[in-house]
Amino acid sequence: MSVLVYTENWNGKFKKLSFELASYASRLAEMLNMDPIAVSIGQVDRDELEKLAGYGIKKMIAIENDALKQFDTQTYTKVIADIASRESAKLLVLANNNAGKSLAPRLSVRLKAAVASGVGQLPEKLSPFVIKKRVFSGNALAGLELRTETKIITLAQNSFDLIEKPADMVIEKAEADLAGIAPKTSIKDVQIQTGKLLLSDAEIVVSGGRGMKSPDNWGPIEELAGLLNGATACSRPVSDEGWRPHEEHTGQTGKIIAPNLYFAIGISGATQHLAGISASKYIVAINNDKDAPIFEAAQYGIVGDATKVLPKLVEALRKAKSA
Amino acid sequence: MNILVCISQVPDTTTKVKFTDNNTRLDTTGIQWVINPWDELSLTRALELKDDASSGVAKVSVALVGPVSTEPTIRKALAIGADDAYRVDTEALDAYQVAAQLAEVVKAGSFDIILCGIESSDYNGSNVGGMLAEFLNYPSVSGISNLDVKDGQVQVSREIDGGKEMIALPTPFVGIVQKGIAKEPRIAAMRGIMMARKKPIQIVESAPVEPLSQTLAFEPPQPRPACNFIDPDNPEQLITLLQNEAKVI
Repeated sequence: MSVLVYTENWNGKFKKLSFELASYASRLAEMLNMDPIAVSIGQVDRDELEKLAGYGIKKMIAIENDALKQFDTQTYTKVIADIASRESAKLLVLANNNAGKSLAPRLSVRLKAAVASGVGQLPEKLSPFVIKKRVFSGNALAGLELRTETKIITLAQNSFDLIEKPADMVIEKAEADLAGIAPKTSIKDVQIQTGKLLLSDAEIVVSGGRGMKSPDNWGPIEELAGLLNGATACSRPVSDEGWRPHEEHTGQTGKIIAPNLYFAIGISGATQHLAGISASKYIVAINNDKDAPIFEAAQYGIVGDATKVLPKLVEALRKAKSA
Repeated sequence: MNILVCISQVPDTTTKVKFTDNNTRLDTTGIQWVINPWDELSLTRALELKDDASSGVAKVSVALVGPVSTEPTIRKALAIGADDAYRVDTEALDAYQVAAQLAEVVKAGSFDIILCGIESSDYNGSNVGGMLAEFLNYPSVSGISNLDVKDGQVQVSREIDGGKEMIALPTPFVGIVQKGIAKEPRIAAMRGIMMARKKPIQIVESAPVEPLSQTLAFEPPQPRPACNFIDPDNPEQLITLLQNEAKVI
């Protein structure tokens, strides 16, 4: 029996999230006395695959197939479900990101496996299987019982610390059985903007609110994001005013994100905003009102006019980087 | 072409959630129920498409799994502009059970596009849309921030690392909707509210499906440590802390 973790790659490379998934899956396998196995789909070099051995993975099943170059949820579901059956997987672990959110529910129906999504910790109890997850956009935790023999967990990014645990890992090249399931979706076009990161996956997010006073003041926000290789975001009033695109709105009715570091600049931190960002590991707030609720969520704060403090911060960071 | 928008009702986004019965149930006292924000965006986009004659969208329906107490939420969707509604008459127990009920509604009807919000703001599961697609064996795209329909041809787009990808797909399909798909949710006008009273809500008997999971108890989140305030004239200190204490940059 095994714990099977789907380790997605980005142009053939793994990210910190992949190692978080591997760490989580190996710990879970240890608890359950099962084998931690990873599955990778797409072209990934041997050296890159080997990296997962550092986090306790015992077997890597690598599938390369031209028909899987494009991410199609139905074909990917079939491939992962087939591997899960072959490896007697009792637990499947995926990321709570775009790919995981696309695949976990489909796998759930196919394998009749209960799902706990957006989980940040190991199960509390194994029998019955109870695991905690954030609900009500971070305003509560729920103890969820998964009642099926096979179970699926999607792990929230930046919620589980890496555990280095070198293992002897076997790499097995496997074939995908795609008979009769041609992908129905087809990618027609891709628009790439240099330097634009996917907000929901970004490790560092720099977000501006109404305290930035005008869309003309966004330069330092973009600069800070650029220096830190992060993504830009904004609060709801900012996207409602049309200062920034709607895709950047983080909050309860926008994007819900969990970066390693979130900068809330000129954002007061209304409940609805906090709901979208409270899963961030570290929050830095810059606001002129020392009583703003954002400071209750933040670990680091600066009280001051965001439009004045931010350029100084950018300058200091630039100096620190060049030093 | 017909669109079905799957909706759920959630506490208004300003609600301070409280629990009752030994923290096993949400305390619904005084809660204002609203359409889940991402479902509302889906509905808005569906109605925008219906208003555009070149889309070929003729009808927009909504479906909700819930007891009779959810009907005011369904009426809101009708007041905003949905043509008709389905209510599967049972408590929503988990995503699997809800998706199974919705699948029956889809099978019994004639829908080309099924839209679901990416998640609900109560249980934050992100599961119903994908499960529904799998029950129906329909293609699905998750996290779509645009949906265009021209003369029956469908194109969606979703954000990826570094930009956007445009995806064509055949009908019927399930589109799982992220922020960005429509600008602002529509507000029901008095005429819409009056008309909604006459629009049909079809009550659907629930299918015998057991949930796969159960919420046992709720608890408050762990409190965050107190904020460390830094002198605005000394941003260097913040950088040092982020580098050496938090180790995040």
